[in-house]
This record gives sequence, structure tokens and C-alpha cells, in this order.
Amino acid sequence: MVMKDMLLEIMYVLCGLVAIVTAVYAINDKAHPSAKITALFWTLLGIVFIFGQYMPGYISGIILVVMALLAATKKVTFGSLKNSEEQFRQEKAKTIQNKLFIPALAIGVVAFLVAQFVPSLGALVGLGIAAFIATILGVIFTKATVSELSYDGSRLLQQVGPSSILPQLLAALGALFTAAGVGEVISGGIGSVITDDSKLLAVVAYCAGMMIFTMIMGNAFAAFAVITAGIGVPFVMSQGADPAIAGALALTAGYCGTLLTPMAANFNIVPAAVLETKNPYRVIIAQAPIALSLWVTHVALMYFLAF
Amino acid sequence: MLKLIGILIIVIGFIKKYDTLAVVITAGIATGLVGGMDLMQIFDVIGTSFVKTRYMSLFLLTLPVIGILERYGLREQAANLISSMKKVTAGSVLSIYTLIRLIAGALSVRLGGHVQFIRPLINPMAFGAAQNNNPMVGEAEEEIIKGHAAASENYGNFFGQNLFVASAGVLLIVGTLEELGTTANPLDVAKASIPIAIIAFIYSGISYWKLDQKLSAKSKPVSEKGV
Repeated sequence: MVMKDMLLEIMYVLCGLVAIVTAVYAINDKAHPSAKITALFWTLLGIVFIFGQYMPGYISGIILVVMALLAATKKVTFGSLKNSEEQFRQEKAKTIQNKLFIPALAIGVVAFLVAQFVPSLGALVGLGIAAFIATILGVIFTKATVSELSYDGSRLLQQVGPSSILPQLLAALGALFTAAGVGEVISGGIGSVITDDSKLLAVVAYCAGMMIFTMIMGNAFAAFAVITAGIGVPFVMSQGADPAIAGALALTAGYCGTLLTPMAANFNIVPAAVLETKNPYRVIIAQAPIALSLWVTHVALMYFLAF
Repeated sequence: MLKLIGILIIVIGFIKKYDTLAVVITAGIATGLVGGMDLMQIFDVIGTSFVKTRYMSLFLLTLPVIGILERYGLREQAANLISSMKKVTAGSVLSIYTLIRLIAGALSVRLGGHVQFIRPLINPMAFGAAQNNNPMVGEAEEEIIKGHAAASENYGNFFGQNLFVASAGVLLIVGTLEELGTTANPLDVAKASIPIAIIAFIYSGISYWKLDQKLSAKSKPVSEKGV
């Protein structure tokens, strides 16, 4: 256990360093439209990752509020870090060929193998080991330099942008909901509808809540935090459902909502524009029958597998 | 009821497309305040929870290697592989792509995307196959194929990613449940995502098969219809 925690803490420090290196690239990027704000954002993230363990919680909390304010200015952006030229990539693809896939596949395979066969380390340490092995394989096959590693890592992190910490902030929101007793209010409301202890009704409410909230918010991750606090834990898990199975199916039930909503613009509206369809809802039209059948299947799977 | 203000803030903020992080933090602070907490307590809950769930962001460690693989032609090689496959029907092109996308997600390989794969590769291949089989296929059918081509990316992406033990979705489930006082382990969550991934692939296959039916129906000569 101690070994695992120590390895995890080392991995968090490395994550923090990735963020700090990203800040350094941003501040040195002459063509960056808002280098300082971007660099400050990534530096603060690096600080929370590296020193979070040793600081009082409220300091990390204040840093995160500052980071949210920086993000709200919409100036935490992507600078001028570039991928290689198309022609170079084509040539390299021809010479390195399928060996390019080996490091990429190693991430998933090694993480799974560690999670499955070394339970004392688990999936998370497994991911760290996998990233390490994949990086070495990647350097061997591509003959990339160390500076290319840090450059391209920063390039991708700037591309993902502030939303890279969204899952963690949503978990924090879940914690606040719990502390403030939001779950009890929602469950009180739902409880007046679901009067008996029907497992099926609870499952339907959980899956429907996930789909509808995802459609409204356009984001299944945010819906998961809210609906699991309000319906999942008090009605489904409390009746003895396996949390791993019910949780996994709840999130993908939310994805059924993602397939149906123009609010998930990245997945439904932007692609229609990219493909130049005449009807902007063409992608949703194609997906609707599948999304609805999958949702019904989710209810059945959760009812039969989780209990 | 007032405690639900956080949910209202999230819904309005997301609809209005305000910055996501700011919306979530505002919702959290408002919820804490109406729940009777003071600001310091609220910051403490946010910070403590964030530090405790740092494992959800461990994917940062994989960015450098993915970055150099992209620099050295990972996407181009994937495109070469996909375009070398046999173009039988529009539906089979889409089925194969959905399968590749599911497997890539399960192995945490960040391959795919509407801009990177669907527009330059999958949509033209599917339409080309449809036209090959049936010269009658025209603009109206092209429009429908586009919808299914974009969908093939979404099915593979959504239902494949949770098969990876350390994906953002799996860690969100584990982290949120932990904050709510319930425990689940990442490996179990990933395994629990297998049945729905297989079913999603089957359903998408059925929808592509129906698309192929529709596309080939158009080719039947008019004279046969009357018989």
C-alpha cells in the first residue's frame, strides 16, 4: 500500500511537471495571443499537483477558483506550437509503418495487465508504468529527441486546454453537493414519486435522469455528478446495486443522451458542418434510433446485472 | 429546494456557453453557501477533493509519447491502413471504422475524430462504395451517408473509451462515487462497460445494414417494381 501511494505521488509530481513545462512553452511563445494568462493557469495547476498533498485544502481550493477565473477570461488558449509538416508525417509513416502503433497500444495493454495481475499496484500506477514504457518505445521507434517529447506534450495539453481538469472539478462539485445535502433534496423529490422500493423504477429513474440531464447540459460527465448524487446513490446503490456496474451503465446511458442533443455540439453539430450536410441535425437523425434502443438496453442491463 | 441552485446554474451556464470551469465552480460555491457553509469551508472541500482526485488527470503522463507519435505519422499510418481495406459496401466501411474506433478507445489510443478521419477518409470511402454498387446513388443518399459516417465515430468513441481502465470516464465514475461515500474499483468499472460496448457495435451494425438496404433498393430498375 505504501509503495503504491509513493509511486502515485511521484506520478502526480510528473503530471505537475508536464503542466509547468507547458507554462514555460506558453510564456516563451512569441506568437501566443495571451501567453501570460495561459502560463499562469498551467503553473497553478502544476503547483496543485506537486504540492497539493502538503498544502491546506483551502489553499488548493482558492488556487482552483483563481484558475476558473482565468479560464473565464477565455484567454487560456492555444499558442503557435505546431505539429510536423504533412509531408514529413507521410514519409515517416512510410518508413516506420505499423511500428508506430506499438507504443500507442502499449499504454492500454500495459495498464490493463498491471491492473489485472498486480492488484497491489492497481490501474492507476499501471497507467503510469504504461506511459513510461510507451514513451521509451516511442523514442526507440521514432528516434524522437527529448525536446520533441516536452514540446509535443505541451502542444497537446494546450490543445486540450482548461477543460482537461473538468472531470476533477465535477468530482469536487459532487463533494460540495454531498456536504451541502443536495442529494437529500433531489432524493426527497424523487422519493415522493417512487414510493415503494421498486428496483426497476429506481433504475429507470437513474437512466432517464442521466439521459435527460445530458441532453439539457450537453455533457454526460456533469450530469453524472448531479444525477448520481440525487438518484444513483440514494435509490439504486442503496438497494444493493453493484456500484461499478450501475455507475458504468449510468454514464453510458448519459451518452445515449449525448447522441440525441444539439447541446453536444462537438459531436453532433460541428461534424455536420465539417461534412457540409444540408440538414444541420443530420447526425442526430442518423443516431436517434440507435440512441433510443441503447437506452432501453441500458435499463435492462442495469436491472439484471447490477442486482 | 433552494439547494438545487447549483444545478440551475450549471444548466443555464452550459446552455449560455459560459466557460465550463467557471460555471462548475460558481455552481459549487452557490450550493455551499445556500447549504450553510462559509467560503473557507467551501474552498476547503473543493481543494481537498481536487487533490484527492488527482489520479483522474494521470493521462497527462501519456501526452508526450502521443505527441511524438503524431509528429512521426501515427494518424497518417492509420489512414493508410484503413484506406487499404476492401470497400464492399457503405455499411461495411462504417462497421469496420466503428470497430476500429471501439478497439482504439479500449486501448486508449487517441485515434479518430470527425475532422481527422471521417471527412477525409471514411465518408468518401462509404460514398464511393455506395456509388460503385449502385450508380443511382446521388445527392440525397450522400446526405444520409454523411449522417451515418459522423455517427460511426461517435458510437465507437463513446462506447469504447470506458473499456480502458484509466480513461477519463472510468475515473470520473470512481472519483464521483468515492466523493459520495461509495467505492468502486477502476478495473470493475471497465469490465462492466464491456456488454454495452458489444451491444452498441451490434446495433450500429444493424443500422448500417439497413442503410445498405436502402442504398441498394434505389438501384432496382423501375420495371421490376411493378412485378
